[in-house]
Amino acid sequence: MTRLEEYTPIVGQSVIDDLRLLAERLQGKLIQHINSTAVGGGVAEILNRMVPLLKELGVATRWDVIKGGEQFFSVTKKFHNALHGRPEELNRHDFDVFKETSAKNIEEVDTCGDIVFVHDPQPIMLIEKRRDNKWLWRCHIDVSNPEQQVWDFLMDFLVRYDSAVFSAPSFSRKLPIRQFLIAPSIDPLSDKNKELPPEYIDAVLKKYAIPADKPIITQISRFDRLKDPLGVIAAYQKVKRYIDCRLVLAGGGAADDPEGVQVLAEVQEKAKHDENIHVLLLAQNDLEVNALQRASTIIMQKSLKEGFGLTVSEALWKGKPVVASNVGGIPLQIKHKYSGLLCHSIDGAAFALKQMLNSPEYAKKMGENGREHIRNNFLLTRHLRDYMLLFLSLYHGEDVVNL
Amino acid sequence: MKLTRAQESFRFYTRLNLPELTGLRVATLSELLALLKTVPGSSIYHHTHRFLQQHQYLSPEPPNDFAYWVSEVLGEDELGELLASIDTVQYATIRQLREKIIETIETYLKENKSAARKFAREGEEFHFIKSVSFVLPTHYCVYDLKEFSEVLAKVTIDSIYFHIFEARLRLERGNNDFSNWIENSLQDKELADQLARLDPYTQTLEGLRKSLLEIVRKRLEA
Repeated sequence: MTRLEEYTPIVGQSVIDDLRLLAERLQGKLIQHINSTAVGGGVAEILNRMVPLLKELGVATRWDVIKGGEQFFSVTKKFHNALHGRPEELNRHDFDVFKETSAKNIEEVDTCGDIVFVHDPQPIMLIEKRRDNKWLWRCHIDVSNPEQQVWDFLMDFLVRYDSAVFSAPSFSRKLPIRQFLIAPSIDPLSDKNKELPPEYIDAVLKKYAIPADKPIITQISRFDRLKDPLGVIAAYQKVKRYIDCRLVLAGGGAADDPEGVQVLAEVQEKAKHDENIHVLLLAQNDLEVNALQRASTIIMQKSLKEGFGLTVSEALWKGKPVVASNVGGIPLQIKHKYSGLLCHSIDGAAFALKQMLNSPEYAKKMGENGREHIRNNFLLTRHLRDYMLLFLSLYHGEDVVNL
Repeated sequence: MKLTRAQESFRFYTRLNLPELTGLRVATLSELLALLKTVPGSSIYHHTHRFLQQHQYLSPEPPNDFAYWVSEVLGEDELGELLASIDTVQYATIRQLREKIIETIETYLKENKSAARKFAREGEEFHFIKSVSFVLPTHYCVYDLKEFSEVLAKVTIDSIYFHIFEARLRLERGNNDFSNWIENSLQDKELADQLARLDPYTQTLEGLRKSLLEIVRKRLEA
C-alpha cells in the first residue's frame, strides 16, 4: 500500500502539509463512496488508490459497491452510450430493470455516511434514501451532448443531490444544484506510471516483437470506435509516406465486448499488409502499458469522444510528446503548441505527427511542459485535495470560505 | 542588518481553490460581453487568475482566459492582445477589473463590427466558471525577516498566491500581505515598497517566489 509520504519527493512537502490541514477540518465526518464495481474501470482504479490515502489522512472513509445482474449492467451500458450521445434503443423494460435493481440496492445498501458520494449513473437512485446527510453525484462520463431520454430520466434523481461533479466545463449545463469541476488524476506511483528500468522496457518491446529501430507512434486504448483506431492507422499511413516509423495500437478488454472484437478485426485487417504496424491485444498489465508508453517517440489519443482521456496524462507524465483530439477533457491536459498538439481530423493528426517527428527538440519541449502541467494539475494529490474541498463546500455556501 | 523582532507575528495562510461550474456558456463576443456584466465577481476572478496557477511552468506571461478564447477560438488576435495586456496590478478591486474588461471589448466591437459575427464552433464555447476559495492558516508563523525568508522558500505556491493576489484584489486589502506586515510590523517601508513594486502578473509563481526571496535576502545581507 502506498503511503502519503512517498508522494513528497514528487509534489513537495508543502502540498502534503496542505492535505493534512484540510483533513483536520473533516474530523468527525464519515465519507461514503458508492459505485458499481470494486475492480476494473477508471472509477474503481481511482477509489482503490484514494480511499486508503483518505484513511491515512485521518478522514473516516468507507466504500460500498452496489449489486446488479447482467440485465442491469446491460441497461447501464446502454445508458453510458446514450450519455455519450450515441443513439440507443431504450424501452420501458430497460428502465424497469434499472428501477427494480435500484430498489433492491436501496433496501440493502446502508447509506450511513455523513457525506454520501455516488459515482456515475448506476447507483444514482440511492438518493431515495436521503435523510439529513449530504449527497454528491460524480459524473465520470462525457455528457456534453447526451441522448435526451436518458438524461431526463437521470435528472429526476440528480436534482435531489446537494452537488454534482463533472470532469470538464463542457459537460456542465444549467442545473438547480451546485456543480463543481474536478478532473480525475493519475497516480505517479502506480505500476502504470512509476519509473521503469530500461532493461524492462527493452524486454517488453522484445516480447511483442517491436524493434526499436525507428520512431514509434503509440495509441493505448481499448478497441472501440470512439477511440478511432482506424483513424490512427490512416494518419500513420499519411506520415509513413515521408517518415519511416512504426505504429503500435495496444489495448485490452475486447474479448467480452462483441463490438470490441469486431473493431479489433477491422484494425487487424487494415494493418495486415504493413509489418510496421503492431496491433497488440493486451491482457490487463499496467507495467507493460507503462513500458510501451515509455518506449514510444510519440503518443496519440485520437478519440472521437472522451470522458477525460487519462492516457494523455499518463503519456505527458512520462515526458512524451502527445498528439490528441480536441475532445472531452483532453484540452484541459494539453494546451495546443505548449504541451502537445491538438487535432480535429485525420489530416490534422498526420500533420501534427510530422511536425513532431521532424522537430524532435520542439517535441521534447512540449513533453517537458506537459509533465510539469500534469505535476501541477492531474496527480492523485491534487485530486485528494479537490475532493476534500468538495466535502467542505457542502457546509459552506459562500465564495470565500475561511476555515 | 540587525534583525527586528515584530510584536505581531506573520501567520502564513494558504488558499485552496475549487472551481464551481455555472453552466453558462457563450459562443460570440456579444454573448461574452452580456454575461461579463452579470456573472459573479468570483467568476471574473477565476478567469483572470486561473492561468497563474495552472500554467505556471508553461508561460511566463500568462494570458487570462478571456484573452485566450478570443484569440484562439474566435481568431480576434488584436482584442486578445488588448485583454491579455490589461495591467491587472493597477486595479484595486474585481469590480474595477471587470469594468476595464467590458470597456475593452465594447470599444473593440464599436471599431470592428465584423468581430460581432464570429462565433465559436460547437464544443469550443466559453464556459463561465467561478472560484470558491478556502482560506486556512498554515502552521508557519514568523517574527523576523530571517524566519520570513526561510518560510517563504518552502510554503506552497498557493500560500504565496493568497498573500500576493487574493489578499490584494479579491479581499481588497489594497496591498499584498507581505508588504503590509513588513511595513507595519518590521517598520521597513523601503523593503515593503520594493516588494509591492513587483509586477506579479508577468512571471510564474515560482519565478515570483524567487524574485521575492532575492529582494528579502539582499536586505538580510545588507
